[in-house]
Amino acid sequence: MEQLKTIGRELAMGSQGGAWAGQSKEFLDLVKSIGEARSKAEEDRIILLEIETLRRRIAEPDVPRRRMKDYIIRLVYAEMLGHDASFGYIHAVKMTHDDSLALKRTGYLAVTLFLSDDHDLIILIINTIQKDLRSDNYLIVCAALTAACKLINEETIPAVLPQVVDLLAHPKEAVRKKAVMALHRFYQRSPSSVSHLISNFRKKLCDNDPGVMGASLYPLFDFITEDVNSYKDLVTSFVSVLKQVAERKLPKTYDYHQMPAPFIQIKLLKILALLGSGDKQTSGHIYNVLSDIFRKCETSSNIGNAVLYECICCVSSIYPNAKLMDSAIEATSKFLKSDSHNLKYMGIDSLGRLIKINPDIAEEHQLAVIDCLEDPDDTLKRKTFELLYKMTKSSNVEVIVDRMIDYMISINDNHYKTEIASRCVALAEQFAPSNQWFIQTMNKVFEHAGDLVNVRVAHNLMRLISEGFGEDDEGADSQLRSSAVDSYLRILGEPKLPSLFLQVICWVLGEYGTADGKYAVSYIIGKLCDVTEAHLCNDTVKAYAISAIMKICAFEIAAGRKVEMLPECQSFIDELSASHSTDLQQRAYELQALLSLDSQAVGSVLPLDASCEDIEVDKELSFLNNFVQQSIEMGANPYLPESEQLGMSGVSNFRSPYQQEASSHTLRFEAYELPKPSSIPVIPQASVLTQTRDLVPVPGTTYYRENNLGSKLPTGPEASSADVGIKLRLDGVQKKWGKPTYSSSSSGATSAEKTTNGIGAHQDGIRSQSRDTVYDSRRQQPEVSAEKQRLAASLFSSSASKTEKKPTSGQRMPKGSDANAEKSSVARSVSPGNSEVKTAAPDLLDFGEPVPISAPTIDPFKELEGLIGPAQAVIDNSITTSGVQAPDLMATLYMDTPPSGSRSSSSGLVSEGVYSTDKGSHTAKPTPAVKKGPNLQDALGKDATVRQVGVTPTGNNPNLFRDLLG
Amino acid sequence: MIHFVILISRQGKVRLTKWYSPYQQKERATAIRELSSLILTRGPKLCNFVEWKGYKAVYRRYASLYFCMCVDQDDNELEILEIIHHFVEILDRYFGSVCELDLIFNFHKAYYILDEILIAGELQESSKKIVARLIAAQDTMVETAKAEAGSVSNMIAQTM
Repeated sequence: MEQLKTIGRELAMGSQGGAWAGQSKEFLDLVKSIGEARSKAEEDRIILLEIETLRRRIAEPDVPRRRMKDYIIRLVYAEMLGHDASFGYIHAVKMTHDDSLALKRTGYLAVTLFLSDDHDLIILIINTIQKDLRSDNYLIVCAALTAACKLINEETIPAVLPQVVDLLAHPKEAVRKKAVMALHRFYQRSPSSVSHLISNFRKKLCDNDPGVMGASLYPLFDFITEDVNSYKDLVTSFVSVLKQVAERKLPKTYDYHQMPAPFIQIKLLKILALLGSGDKQTSGHIYNVLSDIFRKCETSSNIGNAVLYECICCVSSIYPNAKLMDSAIEATSKFLKSDSHNLKYMGIDSLGRLIKINPDIAEEHQLAVIDCLEDPDDTLKRKTFELLYKMTKSSNVEVIVDRMIDYMISINDNHYKTEIASRCVALAEQFAPSNQWFIQTMNKVFEHAGDLVNVRVAHNLMRLISEGFGEDDEGADSQLRSSAVDSYLRILGEPKLPSLFLQVICWVLGEYGTADGKYAVSYIIGKLCDVTEAHLCNDTVKAYAISAIMKICAFEIAAGRKVEMLPECQSFIDELSASHSTDLQQRAYELQALLSLDSQAVGSVLPLDASCEDIEVDKELSFLNNFVQQSIEMGANPYLPESEQLGMSGVSNFRSPYQQEASSHTLRFEAYELPKPSSIPVIPQASVLTQTRDLVPVPGTTYYRENNLGSKLPTGPEASSADVGIKLRLDGVQKKWGKPTYSSSSSGATSAEKTTNGIGAHQDGIRSQSRDTVYDSRRQQPEVSAEKQRLAASLFSSSASKTEKKPTSGQRMPKGSDANAEKSSVARSVSPGNSEVKTAAPDLLDFGEPVPISAPTIDPFKELEGLIGPAQAVIDNSITTSGVQAPDLMATLYMDTPPSGSRSSSSGLVSEGVYSTDKGSHTAKPTPAVKKGPNLQDALGKDATVRQVGVTPTGNNPNLFRDLLG
Repeated sequence: MIHFVILISRQGKVRLTKWYSPYQQKERATAIRELSSLILTRGPKLCNFVEWKGYKAVYRRYASLYFCMCVDQDDNELEILEIIHHFVEILDRYFGSVCELDLIFNFHKAYYILDEILIAGELQESSKKIVARLIAAQDTMVETAKAEAGSVSNMIAQTM
């Protein structure tokens, strides 16, 4: 800010520096006033004013071309600041037609910044680009190629493709390079357009110019990603190129901070990683050059570490080699022990890659990982969660998921919240040690991120609750259900719950709320009514709630008890009966109709705990034969298939939209086709009693049938009478509905995934208090720093000691963590049946988890103690490259030196001093890092001098600055 | 792939933006707003990377200016960090110890330089010398064109 003011003053005095002499006074004024603007609002005002001026001026006739260039640049500026300058686009396009290079470049720059590749004006530029691609002046060709990269879209590729391909043989390497990159871009836009050119790219790999060779790696990388096997023959070429690069065979100009062409090395390593993946023979070619690079890499510079990281990625991708793994592990541990957050981040990432090959190496770095997990830096934390996600086993899933959920609760970023929620769900589904734990975890996820998770997750949860653990253990199943009911009743007290979670709660309460007899019917119904009042919920939740109420009533009636409607329930039903949503109305009326049925009928309509039943569909509708026969006898017209109806009468014309198309002159009288089935709420109950009373397949009913898998078709005519509510025709009902083919409400949501099992396990009524204790103990997991070791132990604990336990207890008990130990012991004492249950659910439990036999059976705490010592010693072992710290130093430089027109060497963003520092530190590298660490005092002192002098000295080679410091 | 490059000052003012993937004007504004609030508030010791909407933003601070590139999840962050530095070194060479003001007043030149370093979201040239040579060639072309444009015959031709 201050600097800008200074410069503003300078400008006012007319002493414009030479560097920006090219611009008009007006442009400089604009920039100046923007610089002085105190708020975004003020900035916007200035820009809007400027845009108005430009709009007027640009439309004047005969604007001189140089003036126009100035206008265009000002428009670019306005657009850059986020304002709309579309009125000037056409002028920018016109400017590209200009003959003078200066104007043409400005024009191209402006259009590439203004236009997206689907803009209407692009068509006006194609011709110019074509012409310019043929120009004699290679700079014009370059400008055109740059523009083509941005502007040419799938449709216009053919217009320029032949010329761009010709340019691959252009004498100027800059043009060849850009042509390769342009073709790469075309490939990304439309792979088919360039696929015949693959041989050209292969040829360009052997181009004399390293720049062109480097550019050809980009398209080749994409091709290889698509299809690895066709490029195995190139492995030797890539390896030899990489070897040459590493041996400094490329021109010196490609060196970057003492590294030979690191960017090309990185790209080559990426390609080799793809080619060697899972291919032992190919990988064999790569080993040598990789170990060379490992040896040569400078770990003191940022770019050296970048290459090193790429090597690690490559090692973890190709067929494993013990020696290279060791190098990679060593490099990773250096990253992890570094002080730089960037390197720690890379270290965590590398570790995540390496543990895929050898899971044991994580243990060595447990403390570093825990440190990263507790680091205040969010980026590092998230990366660590990613690592934990990768290393989750059934032995540590509880700790990891707990941590994830805690973190999930603490953040606001919805995007990441969704991600971490889905990760929690994935882990819980894959590794859950017990179903109870699974349900609790899901509850927490739903409670805090319910609106962000996939609907599928909710359905899975409902299915799990209804199916239970598996075949035999009904007692445990019902225990699970009643504990779910308990927890949901408690959770309902929370003030704000996501709608998806409410749906699950309603469903479970409806299905199992009264199953164990613990809660009175009126209590559950009251709760369900409260749900819709206390939470501002949408129609879907209301539908779930009323369906749940209906089920509970049905269970009661079927059991021969009388249901007394609570006043609030009655008002809820009344409200829904008058609802705008026909779905809700339908449900309300159905409920009322159901209440007047006798117990036998109700029992068949909504049988107890039948949500998991398979539904057999009678597609032939054979049970209706009697009815049809009767009707025909009574004089009704026989049914004609749709195809036969067509020729019949005018009325049938209305029925079929297809017919209409044939005779397209006539008006279409019928309503538009109904929306796709997906738009219907998932709640299935709607259709239970909803079937049409008409047997002719009018369009309105067809989609309904499809949607419900045809399952409820059989109920058609009877339902309609219930709907009308006059008198129920019960003759024949029993026969048709008596079969256990009926589905209660969950079937629509999850029926596709259902299997037949778990019949009638609902009334055992085992009450367990265990859940409560468990829940509480989980909540108060202490976060003391002394806990760190325990955490480490529970995360990384050598699985050997654990496996010994497994067979005896059948429990997965993460040792070390008090809360968890307590929890599982509670669980064990209360539910003796649990252990068998777990074995019975192979899809949730991962007993087949590979147990590394070689893992040491030492007490993890002892290991930790051993680790702490070295770890602390290492902390000082910083790799303080000046490259990494440069920004800060430069910042101080910049702050302390007065900004002036004189431009002393130190006022730059990157002063020469810093460059030489870099070099200095690299050349003097042999002094090991250990030396640097201890003298913190020295470092501080140095920092002070830096501030005074404004130049960065380096501890290693102060001579460089002797003359500067005087 | 690099999806976009933005330069923002410490006060959150935009100094340069370049978009390699299609973004609507509105999306651009949100991206800039969200990223600047993410980046500008970060402490000096923290990672130079932030996760943003499934992408990674790699940034580096030079004096009062933040250079930020948004890349894919699987890109090498350290490499991107060095691409930023590569760009800055070239700017520095071109302007002769560059400062924020050079970029403000010559933002179109900064664009030309960026166009020589990155193309279609990928690094096209890693040799500083070659980039410098190309830029210089363009500049001299422009100068000669300007000189020609100044001559009388051209002025006549222009008014015709």
